[in-house]
Amino acid sequence: MMDEVVFIDGNEAVGWGALAADCDAFFGYPITPQNNITEWFAKEYPKRGRAFVQTSSETASINWLYGGASVGKRVITSTSSPGWALMQETLSHMANTEVPCVIVLVQRGGPGQGTTRHAQMDYTSATKGGGNGGYKNIVLGPYSAQEAHDLVQVAFYLADKYINPVIVLSDGIIGTTLETVTLKKLEFEKLPEKDWALRGKGRQKDKKRRVLTSAQGLVPTPRNPSFVALQNTLFEKHSTMEREEIRYETYQLEDADLVLVAYGYSARVSMEAMSQARGIGLKVGMIRPVTLWPFPYQQVKEQAKKGNKILVVEDSLGQMLMDVKMACDDGTEIGLVSCLDRHEVMEGGAIYPEKVLDKIRAMME
Amino acid sequence: MNDNKELVAGTPKIKINVPVPLAFCQGCQHGSATRVIWDSLEDLGLEDRIIWVGGVTCGTVSAFISDVDAIGPVPHGRAPDIASAMRRLSDKETIIITYQGDGDAIAIGTESLIQAAARAERITVFMVNNVNYGTTGGQMAPTTLIGQKTTTSPTGRGTNKEGFPINAAELVAVLGGTAYSARGSLTSPANYNKTKKYVKKALQKQIDDIGFSFVEILSACPANWGMPPVECLKWIDNTLTKQYPLGEFKDLDALV
Repeated sequence: MMDEVVFIDGNEAVGWGALAADCDAFFGYPITPQNNITEWFAKEYPKRGRAFVQTSSETASINWLYGGASVGKRVITSTSSPGWALMQETLSHMANTEVPCVIVLVQRGGPGQGTTRHAQMDYTSATKGGGNGGYKNIVLGPYSAQEAHDLVQVAFYLADKYINPVIVLSDGIIGTTLETVTLKKLEFEKLPEKDWALRGKGRQKDKKRRVLTSAQGLVPTPRNPSFVALQNTLFEKHSTMEREEIRYETYQLEDADLVLVAYGYSARVSMEAMSQARGIGLKVGMIRPVTLWPFPYQQVKEQAKKGNKILVVEDSLGQMLMDVKMACDDGTEIGLVSCLDRHEVMEGGAIYPEKVLDKIRAMME
Repeated sequence: MNDNKELVAGTPKIKINVPVPLAFCQGCQHGSATRVIWDSLEDLGLEDRIIWVGGVTCGTVSAFISDVDAIGPVPHGRAPDIASAMRRLSDKETIIITYQGDGDAIAIGTESLIQAAARAERITVFMVNNVNYGTTGGQMAPTTLIGQKTTTSPTGRGTNKEGFPINAAELVAVLGGTAYSARGSLTSPANYNKTKKYVKKALQKQIDDIGFSFVEILSACPANWGMPPVECLKWIDNTLTKQYPLGEFKDLDALV
C-alpha cells in the first residue's frame, strides 16, 4: 500500500493513517458524519490480524481505549460531537494516568443533537480539556484528506512521546470530501519501550508489578508519589508540549495588511478568499494553526504587533477567536466570520469564500 | 466447620504493605472478599500473569495492596470495558479480573457489565454486594432491599418510587455469553469455602477460554447498616439471602 495514490475522503484517510502508524486496535461506535471510519476499520482491520470492536457507546469506546492503552497497545477511536461529549470523563482519567491514545473528532453542528453535518463547534472543549481537572491534550487540525492521513501518524507519535491522549480535530467537510491522497508511512524518531504497561508482573523485565492509577490521593506511584507531584508532572509535560510542539503554516504574510486565521475546512475556504482578495489587489495573508493546542500565539502576536488586522474564520460562534484575542494587544482590529455567515440557514449551510471576501473588504476598504 | 485452618490464618504472599489509606471500617468484609480472591489466585498460580482492574468501591484499595499488575480506580462502572480491551489485546495466558462494588457494577456500570457478558468476553468480574453505597456514606443502591433504610431512602426503599432490587448474578446468567455466574457469602468458614470454590471456578472458565464469568459476593457493611459486625453476618444469613439466594446460576463447559 505504501506510496500508493488513492482517491478517498478525509474519514477513510484516518484509517490508512492509523494503519501506517501500526495502530493495533480501533474501538468505536457509529455516529454521523464519521461512520465510514468505523466501517473502514471493520473491513480492513480484522483481515490484517488487528482488533476492531464496535462498542456499546462512546462512553464504552473511550474506556476500551483506556484498557488497550494500559496494556501498551496503540489504540484509536473516532466520533462526532455528541459522542465526544460522552468521552470526557475517561479522557481526564487517561491524562492523569498518563496513557496514550488517539481520538479523531469529526465535528458536527451543536449544541445538543445539533446537526449531522459539518461544523467547528468543539474547538474549546478539545483544546481546553473538556473533562474535569484541567489537563491538556495536543490537538491537531487537518485541512485536507492528505493531512488527516498524515496527522493521524503524527498523533500516534506524539501520544507515545508524551504518554498522553492526542486529538485529531476534523470536521464533516474534511471527513467527507474525496481527494487524492498519497498513502505513505511517515518516519519518526524511535521512542522508548512502554515499560510502564500492564502485562502481568511475571512478564515485566524486572519481575516487579506495574500500577496505573488516576487517583494519586489514594495511591502513590513511583512517578507521582503525591497529588502535588502529579500536578508538577502535568505542568512540566504541558510546558514541554507548549515549547516543542507548536505547528502551523503561514501563507503570504510578507506584505500582508490583513491576516486570516483559520483551521480545518474554514482554512480551505479562507485560502480561496485570500486568492480572490489578492486578485483585486488586497494584501491578505494567512496563518493556519496545525496544532490548535498548543496554539501558535507568538505567530499571531507578531502579526498584530506589525499593526496588521486579523480576521478569524471558523464555523462556530467564535471559539478559536478567544485564542487569537489572547495573542493580540488590545488595539488590534480583530474580525470574525462565523457560523452566522453561512450561505444558508439549514444544516447544509457552510462558510463560503465570498463571505470571507466580503468581510476582508469591509475591514480593508 | 472449616478444616483447612491455614487458609483463614496467616497472610497470603500476594498481600503487600504499601502506604495507602485503609478504606475498610471495622467488620467490613471487603478484606475477606479480597482474601478469597487472593487465596484463589495463589491456588491457581496466576499471580504473575494477572491484571487486576479496580472499580470505584471501598475495595479498590485491594488492587494496590496486591502484588500484581493493577489499574484503578478506573472510571465509575467501566471496569468491564477496560478489562475487555485488555483481553482483546493480550495473549491468552493473561488473566483479567475486575473487582467492583454493587453500585459500580449494576447502577452506573450496567451497560459495561451486561455488554461484556453478552459479548462473552473472557474476563472475570467480581461484584462485592453490600446493598448500599459504602464509600460515599450509605446511600441507596440498585441492590438495596425493599423497605431498607439508607441516607437517600430515609423512610425505607419503596417499590413505587425507588423500584425493585436488581439480582445481578441471575441477570448476568441469562445472557448468552456468560459461562459462569454464582453468588456466595462470607458469613462462616463453610460459606467462605463455598465462595472460594465459585471464585476458582469462575477463573477456570477464563483460563479454559469458555466465556464470561461472574461472582457476586455478599458483604457486610456495619458502619452504614448501623449494626454490630456479628449482627450484620446474621442479617446476611437470615434476610439478605432471601432476596439474594446463594449458589450457582450458570455453569457451562461450552457456550451454546
